[in-house]
Amino acid sequence: MLTADQASGLRQQVRDFLAGHDPAAMPRLEFLRARFDAGLAWVHYPAGLGGQGLSRSLQAAVDAEFAAAGAPDNNPARIGIGLGMAAPTILAFGTQEQKERWLRPLWTGEEVWCQLFSEPGAGSDLAGLATRAVRDPGGGNWRVTGQKVWTSIAHAARWGLLLARTDPGVPKHAGLTYFACDMTVPGVEVRPLRQLTGEAEFNEVFLTDAAVADTDRIGAVGDGWRVAQGTLMNERVAIGGGALPREGATTGLVAAAWRKHPEARTPGLHDRLIRLWADAEVARLAGVRLRQQLAAGQPGPEGSAAKIVFARLNQELSALELELAGADGLRYDDWTLRRPESLSFFARGPGYRYLRSRGNSIEGGTSEILRGIIAERVLGLPAEPRTDTRVPWKDLPR
Amino acid sequence: MTTVSPGERPPGTPRWPAAPLLRHGALAATADSSTEGARSREAVPDLRYSDAEEQLRAVARDLLADRSPWPAVLARVDAGEADDVPLWHALAADLGCAGLLIPESHGGAGASYREAAVVAEETGRAAACVPYLTSAVIATTALLGTGDDLLAGLAAGRLTAALAIDFAAMPPAPDEGGMGAWAGGPWPVRVGPPEDGDAPGLARLSGTARGVAGALAADVLLVPGDGVPLRLYAVAAAATEVSREAVASLDATRPLADVTLDRAPGRPVASGEPAARAVAGALAAGAGMLASEQLGVAERCLEMTIAYVKERRQFARPVGSFQALKHRLADVWVAITQARAAARYAAACLAAGDPDTPVAVALAKAACGEAAVLAAQECVQLHGGIGFTWEHPAHLLLKRAKSGSLALGTPDRHRAALAALVDLPPPPGG
Repeated sequence: MLTADQASGLRQQVRDFLAGHDPAAMPRLEFLRARFDAGLAWVHYPAGLGGQGLSRSLQAAVDAEFAAAGAPDNNPARIGIGLGMAAPTILAFGTQEQKERWLRPLWTGEEVWCQLFSEPGAGSDLAGLATRAVRDPGGGNWRVTGQKVWTSIAHAARWGLLLARTDPGVPKHAGLTYFACDMTVPGVEVRPLRQLTGEAEFNEVFLTDAAVADTDRIGAVGDGWRVAQGTLMNERVAIGGGALPREGATTGLVAAAWRKHPEARTPGLHDRLIRLWADAEVARLAGVRLRQQLAAGQPGPEGSAAKIVFARLNQELSALELELAGADGLRYDDWTLRRPESLSFFARGPGYRYLRSRGNSIEGGTSEILRGIIAERVLGLPAEPRTDTRVPWKDLPR
Repeated sequence: MTTVSPGERPPGTPRWPAAPLLRHGALAATADSSTEGARSREAVPDLRYSDAEEQLRAVARDLLADRSPWPAVLARVDAGEADDVPLWHALAADLGCAGLLIPESHGGAGASYREAAVVAEETGRAAACVPYLTSAVIATTALLGTGDDLLAGLAAGRLTAALAIDFAAMPPAPDEGGMGAWAGGPWPVRVGPPEDGDAPGLARLSGTARGVAGALAADVLLVPGDGVPLRLYAVAAAATEVSREAVASLDATRPLADVTLDRAPGRPVASGEPAARAVAGALAAGAGMLASEQLGVAERCLEMTIAYVKERRQFARPVGSFQALKHRLADVWVAITQARAAARYAAACLAAGDPDTPVAVALAKAACGEAAVLAAQECVQLHGGIGFTWEHPAHLLLKRAKSGSLALGTPDRHRAALAALVDLPPPPGG
């Protein structure tokens, strides 16, 4: 009842806002800034930071009201890392000054964010990373040197969420610090990293004595691992937890291909299809249940399952879609090295989807790492005996 | 093509007479969600457990843990006395679980399949030797629409009933044309004329229904008689014209019997469309609640296995610290998170009479059946040698899991039904 009242109150706020801000007569950016300042950007954020401190579940009503009025949005597909990872991290661990500096241009899309975590030598073992941040003598600011990899959209980014080693003399998890790195300063070089799909959705980022202000540090020196855990948790929720209708996403494409191409049907493909359809629908219901728990303030560990299930289903569904394409499955839409600013999974062909989905069980924590996390943190199984957690990072064999 | 034509049905598989089915073909949204798709998303009911359901779970679990620990179940299986009469009385009458689905006007609790599903989970966890599913769910559902006086006896726990249909029977497919002349079947029991002195309306029934679950514990058998229109009869199980022959059941905690009627007096409780709805609804509800029971089986298997691999040491460390085992248990847990969502959706749809019920039941029976079998097989495997012994309870859960997945439609049959419901037709001639 209360939620319904709040939703209708918010809809009225949007209509009042639109009465004073005609989206057709205003520049897009100005409109988005005004929407942020009115607390209608993300209502679950605090007042003064684009929100009103309300339940996250109320946002849908606001977005629908703006969409119905034909108002421009902030192109969330382009700024997914900012919205999904940077913003919650800044909100949870940033100072008031940092929140005020970063959240507004992040939300409007004026400033794109990327994530500088993985390195060539630190993938699943993220805490072993080697990029060094050294404090200027006396000055308090930092100089960063190292190489980052798998950096989506770094070529368009203004800021990078940077995890760097500030103390090699302590065990690896304890020597990390979290920063926001200005991607425009000298010493930051972004190179496209071509993937097996042919495009360069990701980049390599070379940091050579790049300057980072101490005021851009997020969390305490040496507390970077804890802050990064918060970012990664949000990443996995973002990858595994979207709200979709029945036959949404890849399931819908495969079902449509099945209905359209009777000549492609075989008993074996039918068995795979209906298994995947059923598993995808059950996974969707599990996602609905998870969001119902979150909305009721009863978060459960089930979110850890969602990303594993999504990765497997998206891979098997896209493989099936390609097989249903018949002779066209042998053709590929485009091998040119493109640098897309947002992931266009559904705008490309089935061959692209098949190839791109192979990354789903690697990015954002491999399915194997996630199984280990579930086994130890959810099921409480004993940890693997380890040799790397008590030794100073600098003394680890490599 | 959203219906299954009679020629595609295996013999003996009746058609479901439920409300017009949801047009899933119309929901064939692509990546961009359509308004139809958005509607279906909003329609998902609450899939969580309510506080009241958790309270019900707690009392049922306490009772089962106290009265039906593993050694007691094993002893019962060894003695061939798989019906635990005192436990069933405590669950059915003292806790009132037999009357959950029965309206208060007939002496029941007026609850719904949501609550009934929670009790089913607990009976599955314990591999309890009680006819809860067969009497309090299946037979009770068959009688709900009739308003028959038997309901009061069932609600009070004075009577136990069983639907005299093979436990392997698949719930019939929905039929958007309504019942018409549907009679299911062919049913194995023939309907003959009354004998001199029989009360008016009584018929005499003859034939053998094989593989009936819960028949040995039943006071009343509900028997579909072969013929048009379909009639459902109540038969006193203790009548001299009724013989119930116990068969060795794959799941010794759920006894089966071949029930032979030889001119047994049967009182009609429903006829024509109501009878067809009663039978079809009972099988569908049975499949939906069996899915929840299977969820309970799977959870218990996982818990038992986790406890064991934490404690069992080989190579000077707990075997649960080996990644090869951890990943397998993580996969079981993931399967359970999925199965739980499916089971809750089926229970909620059954409770609300939702037109999506056939889809929900098929999803749940397939997902929970496979999760339970996976969890039970992993339970045996990860216990190693001890898990292969008669003295360890793992086999009780394995048998409960596998037989439950075979009963009331295998996962594969439910997926085939789903394919018809959501307009994913098999290849021509397939």
